[in-house]
Amino acid sequence: MAEQANGSTRSDIHVRFESVQKSYDGEILVVKDLNLDIAKGEFLTMLGPSGSGKTTCLMMLAGFEPATNGEIFLADRPINRVPPHKRGIGMVFQNYALFPHMSVEENLAFPLEVRKIPKGEIAAKVRRALEMVELPAFGRRRPAQLSGGQQQRVAVARALVFEPELVLMDEPLGALDKQLREQMQYEIKHIHENLGVTVVYVTHDQSEALTMSNRIAVFNDGVIQQLSTPGELYEEPLNSFVAQFIGENNRINGTVRGLENGICKVELDSGDLVEAIPINVAGAGENTMLSLRPERVEINPDPASLPNIIPGRVEELIYLGDHIRTRLTVAGHEDFIVKVPNKLGHQILQEGENATIGWATQDCRALDRP
Amino acid sequence: MADTTVPVTGGGLQTIDGVPLKKQLARATRQSKLRALMLVAPLGIFVLVSFIYPIVLTLTRSVHSPVFGAAFHRTAEALQSWDGKDLPSEPVWEAFVADMKEARANRTIGKAATRFNYDVPGTRSLFTRTARKIRKVKEGPYKEAVLEINKKWGDPQLWGYIKQNTAPYTAGFYLNALDRKYDYTGKIERQPEVRQIYVPLFWRTLLLSSLVMASCIILGFPVAYLLAHLPLRISNLLMILVLLPFWTSLLVRTTSWIALLQTQGVINDFLVWVGIISDQQRLQMMFNATGTVIAMTHILLPFMILPLYSVMKTIQPSYVRAARSLGATQWTAFWRVYVPQTLPGVGAGSILVFILAIGYYITPALVGGQSGQLISNLIAYHMQKSLNWGLAAALSTILLFGVLGLYWLYNRLVGVDNMKLG
Repeated sequence: MAEQANGSTRSDIHVRFESVQKSYDGEILVVKDLNLDIAKGEFLTMLGPSGSGKTTCLMMLAGFEPATNGEIFLADRPINRVPPHKRGIGMVFQNYALFPHMSVEENLAFPLEVRKIPKGEIAAKVRRALEMVELPAFGRRRPAQLSGGQQQRVAVARALVFEPELVLMDEPLGALDKQLREQMQYEIKHIHENLGVTVVYVTHDQSEALTMSNRIAVFNDGVIQQLSTPGELYEEPLNSFVAQFIGENNRINGTVRGLENGICKVELDSGDLVEAIPINVAGAGENTMLSLRPERVEINPDPASLPNIIPGRVEELIYLGDHIRTRLTVAGHEDFIVKVPNKLGHQILQEGENATIGWATQDCRALDRP
Repeated sequence: MADTTVPVTGGGLQTIDGVPLKKQLARATRQSKLRALMLVAPLGIFVLVSFIYPIVLTLTRSVHSPVFGAAFHRTAEALQSWDGKDLPSEPVWEAFVADMKEARANRTIGKAATRFNYDVPGTRSLFTRTARKIRKVKEGPYKEAVLEINKKWGDPQLWGYIKQNTAPYTAGFYLNALDRKYDYTGKIERQPEVRQIYVPLFWRTLLLSSLVMASCIILGFPVAYLLAHLPLRISNLLMILVLLPFWTSLLVRTTSWIALLQTQGVINDFLVWVGIISDQQRLQMMFNATGTVIAMTHILLPFMILPLYSVMKTIQPSYVRAARSLGATQWTAFWRVYVPQTLPGVGAGSILVFILAIGYYITPALVGGQSGQLISNLIAYHMQKSLNWGLAAALSTILLFGVLGLYWLYNRLVGVDNMKLG
C-alpha cells in the first residue's frame, strides 16, 4: 500500500486535475477547465470522439505535455514540474511501443534496469510478469515475432512490471480485431481487479468503456460532459451529447409546455402531448430534445398500459436474429428505431403499416436541444 | 510424399489430359517469363558491356603480360634448359640476338623494354641501346658479341629476370602492388624501403576513409535527427540545404574549400584577425590529409544523412515516450531506445560513405597535396602517366576485393538485411 497521506487532504484521491487548461497554439483551448478526481484503485475511462481532449489529458498526466494552466496532483503532490521518468506511472501505448530491438524479456527488464534493481530480482520480476499475462515461454522472442494480442499483453506486462500504482492506457486495444479486443477487455479488467492499481484508460469505443470502467468521463470539446458509472451514463444521460454518444438513442424534438412534480409536459412538433423527466430544461416555452432508448419503446401497446402513446408508421424491418430492428417515422422523425425482441408471440409488423408506440414516462428524458 | 498419398502414374501429378503437371505449368508460365526477361534484357546487356566486361578485362590485365614473352619467344624457348646459375649457353645467346633483331625490325623492342623496366628498374636503355647495335652481330660466338655491346649482359641475375619475364602470366603486378617482388631466382622478397609505397598508401586510404566515415556519422546524425523531428515546413528547407551540395559541381565545392582552408584563406585570416593564432602560426589545413578529410566529409555527408533520415522518420515518438514513462532519463531513452533503432541507417550510411571514400579521386587529387593522396590517385597515375596498366589493374583489383571483403565482414557483423538505404 502507498503511504497514508495524513492531514486534511483526502487520502483516497490518487489523481486530481485542478482547473487544468491546455492550448497548443495559444488560440484554441483543447482542454477547457478540467477538474477531475480519480480515486485509488479506480478504473476510470476517458471516453470521447477524436479531438475531444481526452488523449491530451492523458499526455499531461504522463508528463509528455505541459499543462498550460492549472495543476495536476499525484497523491497530493503537484507534478507539473516533475519529468515523466520520475512520475512512476506505467503506460500502455496505442501501438504498444515495444522496443523492436529488444527481446520480450529485455523489454520487461528495461524499467527495472533503469531503476537499478539487482539482476536476480529483475529476472524474478520479469518471470512473474510474463506469467501474469500468460506468456511464460515467449521471453526470448522479439516483439515482431508475436501476434497483435501477444504484443498487447507484453505491453501491459511492461507497464506493470515495475509495480506502479497508476497505469495509463491510451487506446491500447485499437489495433486488435473485435474478438481479441473483447477477450483483452476482460483480461485487463481482471488484472486491474487482482492488482488493485489505479487505471486511467482512454478510448473512443463506448462498449469498451462500458465493459471495463468503474467510472467514465465523457469528453467533448475539451470539457467533461458527464462523469458517472457506466450504468448511470447509459440510463441517465445528463445532456444530449452524452445521450447521443453512449448507446443508441432516439431523438424527438418538442417544446416544454409545463413543469410540475418532476415531470414535464412536452408538445411534440407533430402536436402530440407527451410526458418526460426534465433533466436540463428550465421551464415552459423552451425547446427540448426528448431522448428514448430503442429497447424501452413498445410497439402497439395496450392503450391503457402506458401514459405516452403516439402514432407512427413502420418504414423498415431488419432481422438481426435476437431482435428485429424496426425503423419508424414518428412525429416527423424518419429515423426512430425500436428494437422488437424476437420472443414468443412478438409483434409481426409489415413495412408501410401504421402502428402506435408507447413508453413509460421515466424512460423518456427531456434534454437540451443542440 | 506425393507418391504415397496421391495415386499417380509415371511419377508426379498429371493434368486431366495426361500431361505431367510440371511440364504444363512450365508451358503456361513460359510466356510471362519470356516477357519479363525481355524487359530486363536492355539493362542486363548494358551492365554486361559497361561493367562486367571492363572488370574482367582489368582482372585479366593484372596477371596477363605477353609483350616481353612475345618479343623474346626464341630466347624463352632456349632458356627452358638453363640451370639459372651461370650465364646461359650459346644457343640462348643466338636466340637472343635473333629476337633482338626481329624486335628492332618490327619495333616491339620499346614496349618489351618498358615492360621489363617495370620489374628491373633502369634496364630500358640497356635493351634499346643493345637493339640499336645488334645488327652488327652477324655470326657467333654470339655471347662474346653481345657482351661486347654491353658488359651488363654478363650478369646471371639479369638472365634470371629475363626468364621470369618471358612467361605470359605473372603475379608480378600484384607483388608490386603489395610492395613485394621476385628476386632473380623467382623467390618473393620485399621491395627496398624507398620503393615501398603501395601498402602504406592502402593503409592511409583505409584510415582516411574511416576518418571521413566517422566524421560523417558525427556530423550527419544530429542533422538527420533535426530533419526527422522538425515541423515539415522547416525540415523541407533544411533538406534543400543538405541536398544543395549534390546539385553543385564537385570541382566548385572542392575549390571553395581551398579558398576557405588554405594558409592565406578565409579561416586562417579570421583566426589571425581575432588573435587566436599569430601570423606566423597559420594553420596548414589544405594540401594535406586534413584537407582531404574535410573536403571529402563535406562531399559525402548527404550519403550519410539521407539513409539516416529515412530510418529516423520511421521511428515513432512513442518509443522514446514509452522509455521515459518506464523511468528512463532523456539520455537513457535516447541511447538505449532511439539510437539502436537508427543502426540500420547508420550502417547503410557508413558503408555507402566508406566505399565511396575508398575509391575517391578528384578531391584528394586537388586538395590532398602529398600526404592526402589516396590509392586511386596512384591508380590514375599508372593509367595516365606511367602507362603501367598491369600495375594499375592489380591495384584496382586489390581495391575491389578489399571492398568486397569489407562488405562481407559488414554482412557478417550487422547483416545486409538490416541495412536501409532509404
